[in-house]
Amino acid sequence: MVTINGEPVAAAGESVAHYLERAGYRKEYIVVERNLDIVPKANYETELLQDGDTVEIVQFVGGG
Amino acid sequence: MVPTKEELDRAFDARFPQAFRQAVSAARVAVAGLGGLGSNLAVMLARSGVGHLLLVDFDRVDITNLNRQAYRIPHLGQYKTEALPSILREINPYLDIQTWQGRVTEDNAAALFGEYPIVCEAFDQPEAKSMLVNTLLRECPNTVIVSGNGMAGYGDANQIRTRQVLSRLYVCGDGTSDVGEGMGLMAPRVAVCAGMQANQVIRLIASQCAMCNSLGGADF
Repeated sequence: MVTINGEPVAAAGESVAHYLERAGYRKEYIVVERNLDIVPKANYETELLQDGDTVEIVQFVGGG
Repeated sequence: MVPTKEELDRAFDARFPQAFRQAVSAARVAVAGLGGLGSNLAVMLARSGVGHLLLVDFDRVDITNLNRQAYRIPHLGQYKTEALPSILREINPYLDIQTWQGRVTEDNAAALFGEYPIVCEAFDQPEAKSMLVNTLLRECPNTVIVSGNGMAGYGDANQIRTRQVLSRLYVCGDGTSDVGEGMGLMAPRVAVCAGMQANQVIRLIASQCAMCNSLGGADF
């Protein structure tokens, strides 16, 4: 299982991009941290989530 | 008569310990975006005596800004990087205020903000917010970001919170109230969010001040 924003998610083996799409995130609006490192947007397609990973995703909305 | 630097320093609420006042005066804080969040939080940081500010925005003051930003009618048409310092100088003319007028990109962000240990993210476009946070967290390992996210409308202001989301990222806002059809930005909630960001900046300054902690300040 992968812990995403504190919740266990069955996403091991999935690319970051694939998870983001099925979870409804807009990749232009977010920050993804995996195991304490920021995942560069260029790597969303290639970086695969693994069992035991801890992931934080922050999504921004407009206004400021 | 403009107060002297010494008079202004003495006027900083003397109930706070000297070590804390000195830490605030020595602090270096950048504000990315000088709109509803940025202009208001910059005023609060200036009033608080933050000694070194970097103010960054590409834009000019517009009539549509007057409903929530710190600017006034005489500032209309001026670059925000000129108007805001003129406001802050009438609060404390002894602060070190640097400005940069232009658009922040992933190519220039690290060079612009790298020397500032605390950066307030106060942009309005979600793509720009994402770009800045991604770039600074990756390229500036000594920088902590305090971001504003979700403050539109006039819904319950109690929904606006401050959360530490990553080790170097604090996010203030309700996280969901986006601008859109029928929902704009209004002064009260914008100011609540800006106030949360400014308060979190002060908390970060105090947490880095060893003497402040030894005096039994609040836990951070």
